[in-house]
Amino acid sequence: MALSTEDIRNIAKLAKLQINADELEQYKQDLSRILEFVEQMNQADVDNIEPMAHPQDMMQSLRVDEVIESDQREKFQHIAPATQDGLYLVPKVIE
Amino acid sequence: MHTLTLAQQVRALAEKQFSSEELVKHYVQRIETYDEKLNSFITFTPERALEQAKQADSRAGDVGLLNGVPIALKDIFCTDGVKTSCASKMLDNFIAPYDATVVTKLNQAGAISLGKTNMDEFAMGSSSESSYYGAVKNPWDTERVPGGSSGGSASALAARLTSASMGTDTGGSIRQPAALCGITGLKPTYGRVSRYGMIAYASSLDQGGPFGITAEDCAYMLQAIAGHDYLDSTSVDRPVPDYIAGLSEPVKGMCIGLPEEFFQQGLDADIAAKIEQACEVLKSLGCEIKSISLPNAKLAIAAYYVLAPAECSSNLSRFDGVRFGYRCENPTGLEDMYCRSRSEGFGDEVKRRIMIGAYALSAGYYDAYYLKAQKIRRLISEDYKAAFSEVDAVLSPTSPTTAFKVNEKSDDPITMYLSDIYTIGVNLAGLPGISLPVGFLQGLPVGMQLVSNYFEEQTLLNLGHQYQKQTDHHLQIPSEFE
Amino acid sequence: MEWEVVIGLEIHVQLNTQSKIFSGAATAYGAQPNTQACAVDLGLPGVLPVLNKDAVAKAAMFGLAVDATINDGSVFDRKNYFYPDLPKGYQISQLAIPIVEHGTLEISLEDGTTKSVGITRAHLEEDAGKSLHEDFDGMTGIDLNRAGTPLIEIVSEPDMSSAKEAVAYMKKIHSIVTYLGICDGNMQEGSFRCDANVSVRRKGDSELGTRTETKNLNSFRFVERAINYEIERQIDVIESGGKVVQETRLYDADDDSTRAMRSKEEANDYRYFPDPDLLPVKLEQGLLEQLQASLPELPDVKQARFMDEYSLNQEDAEQLSSSRAMADYFEQVVAGEKEQAKISANWVLGELSAALNQNGLDISQSPVSAEKLAQLIARIADNTISGKIAKEVFQDMWNSDKSADQVIQEKGLQQISDVGELEAIVDKVIADNPNQVEQYLSGKDKVFGFFVGNVMKATKGKANPKQVNDLLKSKLSK
Repeated sequence: MALSTEDIRNIAKLAKLQINADELEQYKQDLSRILEFVEQMNQADVDNIEPMAHPQDMMQSLRVDEVIESDQREKFQHIAPATQDGLYLVPKVIE
Repeated sequence: MHTLTLAQQVRALAEKQFSSEELVKHYVQRIETYDEKLNSFITFTPERALEQAKQADSRAGDVGLLNGVPIALKDIFCTDGVKTSCASKMLDNFIAPYDATVVTKLNQAGAISLGKTNMDEFAMGSSSESSYYGAVKNPWDTERVPGGSSGGSASALAARLTSASMGTDTGGSIRQPAALCGITGLKPTYGRVSRYGMIAYASSLDQGGPFGITAEDCAYMLQAIAGHDYLDSTSVDRPVPDYIAGLSEPVKGMCIGLPEEFFQQGLDADIAAKIEQACEVLKSLGCEIKSISLPNAKLAIAAYYVLAPAECSSNLSRFDGVRFGYRCENPTGLEDMYCRSRSEGFGDEVKRRIMIGAYALSAGYYDAYYLKAQKIRRLISEDYKAAFSEVDAVLSPTSPTTAFKVNEKSDDPITMYLSDIYTIGVNLAGLPGISLPVGFLQGLPVGMQLVSNYFEEQTLLNLGHQYQKQTDHHLQIPSEFE
Repeated sequence: MEWEVVIGLEIHVQLNTQSKIFSGAATAYGAQPNTQACAVDLGLPGVLPVLNKDAVAKAAMFGLAVDATINDGSVFDRKNYFYPDLPKGYQISQLAIPIVEHGTLEISLEDGTTKSVGITRAHLEEDAGKSLHEDFDGMTGIDLNRAGTPLIEIVSEPDMSSAKEAVAYMKKIHSIVTYLGICDGNMQEGSFRCDANVSVRRKGDSELGTRTETKNLNSFRFVERAINYEIERQIDVIESGGKVVQETRLYDADDDSTRAMRSKEEANDYRYFPDPDLLPVKLEQGLLEQLQASLPELPDVKQARFMDEYSLNQEDAEQLSSSRAMADYFEQVVAGEKEQAKISANWVLGELSAALNQNGLDISQSPVSAEKLAQLIARIADNTISGKIAKEVFQDMWNSDKSADQVIQEKGLQQISDVGELEAIVDKVIADNPNQVEQYLSGKDKVFGFFVGNVMKATKGKANPKQVNDLLKSKLSK
């Protein structure tokens, strides 16, 4: 699968990555090669195969509904880029 | 002291031949002397280690299994109060506010952390060159890579800068660097060791595990870290066997399978010869060797490079510059903050995988890529299931080559991906695997991989231990670091 | 031109668990920002989700209440998009295999008929945090206390054809989840909110029109207004030759209109895939049987029983059973005295509801308990006080914590039950008003009321009206 420059732009937008104009070509080549490589998968007949999401055939374990966490805001916000009055700050969100 | 294995050090400490403080001081000095050449540590914490060593020495009576022994942690395990960077600019300022379960368990066992080791950024790579902190070097030849992604942990142990270390393995990231550095590395069954606090790359494939000089050392480490963790829903609730006690069981009568697909064209003749010699040793111990088939093994890398990037594209979305980690300077708006923080914070290979993953999951491509890869994953897993109805372990080389030169493959992602050809299927299936040193080619170590059925780590450790009683490849120390 | 409206609702119901769906942090409303956001809720590197047992049970309980299929082996998926109040960059939700599917419920329409509305699915997911747009030097503040609160998103079939029907459906769901006790139903705090999918088409058209989704409607009134606004807007667009654009819109209560949301436009490829950190959810053995056995009587059944058991009319029965708290209150007032049911219903729906509304209180916060109201009604029944006096007593009870008997006692409001005393008063009134006696005897029956009024006045309303009537009639006829 050869990707177009437009594809790269769209993927970058989904992934929230900024790809500069001079990098586009390299990404296009690299990603197209990787996709070509993984298309080896088409050799296999997988029509009636159940997809495998987990290595273990297990069911989810469940937690008892109880509060076990205490407030650690100060510790957690110590490593945050920007906070004020206990809130994380981000550039203005327009809804 | 550094020529002793971890198991020997545990016994020496118990007999008070030396104190933990003496032992840790010795390793601290070695790191200060040698790590310059290797770049195996990102964060070195000597004060903390010496403090812990004193505490270990003061403990009496029933002490933990690893009491007083120095270890090193791949910088992917969150360590409360210590920088945990994943070798990324994104987390260069990240002081983890909690301990990974593996870290808690090692602390409880009395182990002492010397620091956090270098790696491929976010564990994506097979050479430990993609680190924000620079490439890690192989102690057997410092112009060569140690393998990856857990290259720092492997390199440091091979140079005897620690007694054991912890890595993580998503597609071979413990076994391949173990092979390239001439040490023993164990990837446990998926779910045997808690992933809580281990920064996720590909959640359904990641598994933490130890590096040791010997299989016995790995048994000690695994004993300390294995077990169910209620914080990790994918960790398995089943009893942890006594791995150490099982080491001396005879291996006579065990059946070992060689997948014909791995011994056909393309396998380097010299490596094949080393594997052949190792098989002879196993035969001499009473093992039976037979040929088996893993017909879908050739598709493992392709499936992996869809599944791992898909999971990683989602796992790495939390690095958005809001609550922790890198935020770009003076963002002009929300979108700019997201895009620049992520583009400036992540390296090239990480960005490539995020993009491949986002593409493979996107509308219109999900079935052709992600779903198909999950189906191939099933086929590969079935292949192994069939194999284990016939054999106790599957044997192959760990890596198709010995350590390659720094920068030799870093320009070409695909060539790099192919270094994991023998290891990746094991992660897709979720099986345990071990890499054992089986000799040297032009002074560079060669590794052999053994894979066993789910939760049969004992078989691997037992075989490894018995093999290592007959050989001394694992006891070699690179001359520069003696 | 005649138009047909097609409406489907997505209702987000916060489950009232103690802790979050995937972490042990508290879910209590109104805490200081980010003090109830633990490492898992913040999406710190390395953390993993562990599923809350009660969230699963509560979702399954909802499924049972709407006759749905409860899937054994439902799967959590990741819905990927970037937003500052979404810490991990994905929301854990359920796409392919939700826990609840194929339910149905009945709504009552204004014309007295009922309509069945299909419930496509109800899936478990985690709530996001909140963005606070007050000015922080041009920045937005993020509070993640709400992040990870368990939700069920209940998706209806597009079965509703007017705003009124949509509101009736939403009220019914509200009543069910509060009956089940799985949600506090508090709409102001956002425990129960709704997105409305609306489209219009010309009558007779077979294809559905393009729909819009209006988000975060947190009152019944807003739902009705937003839908009506959206219907008119879409018709206007089409009639003026335009096309309705499929988009997400936001209702603005201030000017009663909807507008397109800018932020959600591009995030339309969510790249759902099964969350590798979570496994399929197996229902514990016996869970469904146990939940089924613990299901409370639901509104429809209760309404029917009220009509049957207490001989209430449909309107009263429906109103009383619309909330479990009100129904329980009512039954506590009646306390088995079935002959008191009608008067009890009148009091609960009348005096009490009026007082609650006036003070903006929920019935659970009523200062007059059911036991106290029952006593008051008993005093009317045993002729201690009249209905009129009872209203006065009720006001006093509302403003104090006194019982009916206390108020009656303290204010001396009990009816004059001594026949001799009353007789004396009646005699005096007759004697004092010979003219009116004359008129009455000459056939002016209306004057009778005058005598009653004067007796009541003289007794300050404490006379038993029936007794007064009887006495007056017998005395005047002599």
